[in-house]
Amino acid sequence: MQPGVVVFAIGNRSRGDDAIGPLLLERLAPWLAAEVPTGEFELIEDYQLQIEHALDLQGKRLALFIDAGCGTAAPLEFYAIGPARAPVARSTHELPPQGVLDVYRQVALAEPPPSFVLCVRGERFELGEGLSGPAEAHVEAAWRQLTLLCRQPDAALWRAMAKNLFQNEGIPPLMLP
Amino acid sequence: MSYQLETAEHPGTLRRVAIDTVSRVEGHGKVTILLDEQNQVRQVRLHIVEFRGFERFIQGRPYWEVPVMVQRLCGICPVSHHLAASKALDQVVGATRLTPTAEKIRRLMHYGQMLQSHALHFFYLGSPDLLFGFDSEVSKRNIVGVAASHPQTARRGVLLRKFGQEVIRVTAGKRVHGTGSIPGGVNKALTREERELLLQDIYQIVGWSRDAVQLIKELHAQNPALYNSFGICRSNTMSLVGPNGDLDFYHGSLRARDSNGGILFDGVDYRDYSQHIQEEVKPWSYMKFPFFTAFGKQNGWYKVGPLARVQNCDHIPTPLAEAERREFVDYCGGVPTHAPLAYHWTRMIEMLHAAETIKDLLHDDDILGDDLVRTGERAMEGVGVIEAPRGTLIHHYRVDEDDLVTMCNLIVATTHNNQAMNEAIRHVARRYLDGREITEGLLNHIEVAIRCFDPCLSCATHALGQMPLAVELVDAGGALVHALSRNGDGSLGPSVV
Repeated sequence: MQPGVVVFAIGNRSRGDDAIGPLLLERLAPWLAAEVPTGEFELIEDYQLQIEHALDLQGKRLALFIDAGCGTAAPLEFYAIGPARAPVARSTHELPPQGVLDVYRQVALAEPPPSFVLCVRGERFELGEGLSGPAEAHVEAAWRQLTLLCRQPDAALWRAMAKNLFQNEGIPPLMLP
Repeated sequence: MSYQLETAEHPGTLRRVAIDTVSRVEGHGKVTILLDEQNQVRQVRLHIVEFRGFERFIQGRPYWEVPVMVQRLCGICPVSHHLAASKALDQVVGATRLTPTAEKIRRLMHYGQMLQSHALHFFYLGSPDLLFGFDSEVSKRNIVGVAASHPQTARRGVLLRKFGQEVIRVTAGKRVHGTGSIPGGVNKALTREERELLLQDIYQIVGWSRDAVQLIKELHAQNPALYNSFGICRSNTMSLVGPNGDLDFYHGSLRARDSNGGILFDGVDYRDYSQHIQEEVKPWSYMKFPFFTAFGKQNGWYKVGPLARVQNCDHIPTPLAEAERREFVDYCGGVPTHAPLAYHWTRMIEMLHAAETIKDLLHDDDILGDDLVRTGERAMEGVGVIEAPRGTLIHHYRVDEDDLVTMCNLIVATTHNNQAMNEAIRHVARRYLDGREITEGLLNHIEVAIRCFDPCLSCATHALGQMPLAVELVDAGGALVHALSRNGDGSLGPSVV
């Protein structure tokens, strides 16, 4: 079975809470093998999103971007995204998830799959540090959200979850154990 | 080689404009410009906060972990750190000469990195400015704008980048956190299937790389006055060159030239780098300012990277890139050019050379071999130097008898180019900002000059929720007069200050 869902986890494992995405993905791989062994998920870890990640969206029906957030809502934000233009930055080479979708649209001449961001708040990002205390708690909340999403990889359901999260100010019923 | 505009006489009386990346926690860059009441530029500085704590991050670790760990220093060129560390630690394990398979696999990995990095920079970061103009509509100045107006160019940029990533994946073992290179050699060769996979596309990649050189040449031809003068800063240059003076990204000796192309030193064993290069600390920047010891701080600073390399070598050892080098040299009248926009042209010549080299290596059966590692007499110290996409990268380690790293010194390409980038933006500020009201388009001229050098300022981390740019105008008394931020869609809006 060709994977229909792609999960990107972005971050550097050696920079404190920037490791949130990769750590969640590391945990997700064996969990999927045990709980959702459909082969429908493709998992991609990288330091940063770049233009070529648009090609990883080809043939997918759903995409999820997991990333650490700085100054974002705690413990997490979950929302749908669409293509958006990203300005060229002077001091970074990365693209935001919306920029990757826009590159896909221009390169593939088609609309990207329904896409969502799971943004988990981090606090400290220094080189050589491990996860901060708050981030460890945020990761647990994100893990519950992530497994819910992966049990039901359906764009309409994910939109409903995103709406619930928004309406309940970060305490969505779907996140409860 | 002046230091004009580095330090104003009475900075407290001047108006300050800051181009500040609202970054997270990693290194970032900030430009400050001091203006007098007539908007005359009095001081311009590029401040860089980068690589703090990197040496400490490495110290105390077993040396065999280092080639993998150092990849986490930089999310843009992890392969360069991977290989520079491996080269240094080859000396520690006594591998004075690698096996043919090991050296060719490393070269394949490195040239794949060069290809993908140069493609990213040109098609994603550089071409929007070049295709649309420096003060064009800000929402157009991005890869999506390129894709809309030049769809084939944008698509090729993505596919070139993807191919380079595939070369890295098959040689390093993984797309990120590769482990392919180890002290003394490599831990895997290519399989026949992997070689066939890459051979399917390489001829197309060479063709597209050649087209990219044509594109940048056309841009130069359309506006030679701009391309030949924008941000010009005369300086010395330095790079590795191969044993015959060839362009070589992986190995060689150090060569330096003065601004007229005269040789300053040549054939220098890179393990002796510290005899030729010193680093100056300036109180206003965390990043050091390297210079050639023999020529002092004032006259000894230099450029590295594509513009330095292509003009420093005598020859490029692949035919298409060599033909392009000759044409570039002819265009410059046989004398070195110091125009930063020529970085783009030389970067594309290098990308073509990388593609040709990958093609040649893929046809070499040594990359399928099984003799992967050499060792010899153990040493306590090693220096590895490589030409990373942005320029010369130096890794220096000392190791104790327990195999733990006791000293680590890194000099990265962006550090070598520190003074040159400062001089380039001073030239641009003087030429375009003097006496004028500051606009986003004018400020972008400063950013264009910085981008020519392709500095790697944000190393390996990012997080959501950040604004990429903020501009502040502060009056002579230090009060904030006006603030703007660039939003995620490229538009300008009120800043949160």
